[in-house]
Amino acid sequence: MIEHFRHPHNMGKLANPSAIGKVGNIVCGDVMWLYIRVEKDSQGRDVIADVSWETFGCTAAIATSSMVSDLAKGKTLLEAIAITNQDVAQELGGLPPVKMHCSALAADALNEAIHNYLSEHGMPIPDALRRRHEKVEKDVAALDKRYKAFLDREQAKGDVAAAGEPSSCN
Amino acid sequence: MSDRVYLDNSATTPVAPAVLDAMRPYFDSLYGNPSSLHAFGREARRAVEASRATIAEFLGVLPEEIVFTSGATEADNLAILGSAYAPRRSGGHVVSTKIEHHAVLHSVNWLTSHGFDATLLDVDGSGRVEPDQVRAALRKDTFLVSIIAGSNEIGTLEPIAEIGAICRERGVAFHTDAVQAFGKIDLPTPSVDLLSASAHKLHGPKGVGLLVVRKKTRISPTLHGGGHENGRRSGTENVPGIVGFAAATRLAAQERDEVVARMRRFRARMIEGVGSIPGTRLNGHPMDSLPHIANFSFQGIEGESLVMRLDEQGIAASTGSACSSPDLEPSHVLVAIGVPLSMAHGSLRISTGRQTTDADIDRLLDVLPRVVKDLRDLSPFKVGEVTCTPKE
Repeated sequence: MIEHFRHPHNMGKLANPSAIGKVGNIVCGDVMWLYIRVEKDSQGRDVIADVSWETFGCTAAIATSSMVSDLAKGKTLLEAIAITNQDVAQELGGLPPVKMHCSALAADALNEAIHNYLSEHGMPIPDALRRRHEKVEKDVAALDKRYKAFLDREQAKGDVAAAGEPSSCN
Repeated sequence: MSDRVYLDNSATTPVAPAVLDAMRPYFDSLYGNPSSLHAFGREARRAVEASRATIAEFLGVLPEEIVFTSGATEADNLAILGSAYAPRRSGGHVVSTKIEHHAVLHSVNWLTSHGFDATLLDVDGSGRVEPDQVRAALRKDTFLVSIIAGSNEIGTLEPIAEIGAICRERGVAFHTDAVQAFGKIDLPTPSVDLLSASAHKLHGPKGVGLLVVRKKTRISPTLHGGGHENGRRSGTENVPGIVGFAAATRLAAQERDEVVARMRRFRARMIEGVGSIPGTRLNGHPMDSLPHIANFSFQGIEGESLVMRLDEQGIAASTGSACSSPDLEPSHVLVAIGVPLSMAHGSLRISTGRQTTDADIDRLLDVLPRVVKDLRDLSPFKVGEVTCTPKE
């Protein structure tokens, strides 16, 4: 895991991304933006030809961003949807329980990017993906509620630090 | 380890060679139990009492007013829970602040879940509480005011002499957690009833602390047993630890002017050097501060990553952010002083010790800007004037 933190892969903004998945919230201390470029392969399947990310977060958040980008690269959209946070954590050789939310964040970011791609192109969205998208949206609501006092305080200071689509801290 | 730079002296410090030398015989040759009647015991008793006298003199209190504990967490618990359950007291009200160490804050919270009331005072943007706030918070049933002498996270000094005077005037006991301040600044012990300190923050050993309990200050013990420490803290005395605590205190007394002057210079260098990195802020008071602590926030990056990247470069510092804690909320101290949440996660605490050199500060100021830039390159946020906003 520490290798992925030290020398992360695929970092930065992607030129001409097909879609972006934005998850996390700065109040939790983790924000991840995942960019994908989708192309057709020789068999006409939609493949993630390139992927990159930008992450504000702890060691594990940066390492999982790097790992999920490695896992997703070259996969078809259907294969990439199947990547779970357990896959990410497992590939990194395990994560302490308190850091599991980071791997969830990385997997969520990939899902959101694919969800956004499919919906923008009017393509059918698999049920599993829809359910995960809905869960991310639900987490947003839960998080907003939990941090309302904090957010109010921020806004009162005129310090608007909106951070993509927030997800749960957990 | 010699090429590593240790700038986390608020977490703990290396035991000074003179301290280790003083302690060593008490492990394997002068190993008696101070409560034993025989020669072994008497030797150990002499060592404990001589140590008590050394520290008492340094603090300007009576030897019998010092209660040795296992550390400052125990001392804070004894001060707060011991006052709450002092003889003939039932219920009542405690006044403290929102920026206390968790050993105080969680003890106060525990009391409130056991029928006591508490008021946690706000602090200003530099972390300071005003004496008038304390005066206004006192009630008829207030039995204790507990306010940190110097913040362990941001270094800000509290006006404890004035607060102590108010408490004295109103007949309320006053406790101060002086863990970071002990040996660094003059402590106004005449206006304090209870004071916590710890050896390992001052180049002494871990596992030993003390609570000053001034005469006439009533506390109940929280550890019950053989009646050690005048019945205020049972448990066989940590003889080598206590001897080490006294040796560390002696060393601090001898070196203090020189060490503190050096620390102030290092702090000024850090404030200037870190201040030249865009998108940073100093958390805490620029001047009215402990000499050895400087706390900064960096927009667009997160504290744990920063600490890990510095660690890779051989520099040890710490973060006030709570990424490793289950609630993931930023430091209660930074939130209390109004650090925007967008910056509260990106905090770095740098703390110097007697062994810190100018070369250590040079190294930090060389490495830190690069590490900050590196992490900002990974981050979706760009550095703005006041806040960090998503890059688009």
